[in-house]
Amino acid sequence: MIALHDEPLDLAAVHAYLASPHAGGEVVFTGTVRDNHEGHAVSHLDFEAYGEMALAQMHDIAEAMRQRWSVTKVALLHRVGRVEVGGLCVIVGVSAPHRAEAFEACRYGIDTLKRDVAIWKRETTPDGQFWQSNHP
Amino acid sequence: MDAYTIRLFAVLREKAGRDQLTLELAPPQTVASLKRELARACPPLAPHLDACRVAVNRAFGADAQAIAPGDELALIPPVSGG
Repeated sequence: MIALHDEPLDLAAVHAYLASPHAGGEVVFTGTVRDNHEGHAVSHLDFEAYGEMALAQMHDIAEAMRQRWSVTKVALLHRVGRVEVGGLCVIVGVSAPHRAEAFEACRYGIDTLKRDVAIWKRETTPDGQFWQSNHP
Repeated sequence: MDAYTIRLFAVLREKAGRDQLTLELAPPQTVASLKRELARACPPLAPHLDACRVAVNRAFGADAQAIAPGDELALIPPVSGG
């Protein structure tokens, strides 16, 4: 389950997708919009993607997770467009026979996504709108 | 001369005021030479280019990688998903 959505992400659908009689554990990371960043208030975020590349990268990440760990199912979902404070912007979910590989694969998935995937966030604050970087 | 079209996103799209640029360049070109030409053709992009990666057909390209006019090219500023 790999997608970019311009509508709210459906966490229940991710849990339903990950469920499997082969999996004894499931780890799901959810990222939500925080109301502050480096000391200033944030009212909402706007996400922009280079969609064709971002989806290709997300498929590559999922494939790497399946190659490196014995995972049963992988979900990688990210929002585009405007997301309000408290809204879900990313979900990385993994089901696996045992918890260790599920935790490790999930950590790899979110870390790699944040480092490389062609998605950008723009903050709206009381002082204006600013594009952010994960590599200051 | 050949036409190379480069897609722009996020801060670069706003600085350039458009979502793609087309440059007429003499082959051969590489990722590194394309970045130099972009700085010349669109000065508002210049301060950002050192921090940018170039995607060639939806994958990050090394500086020495050759590019062709038909390639899908994009400037990738530092990402901030997640």
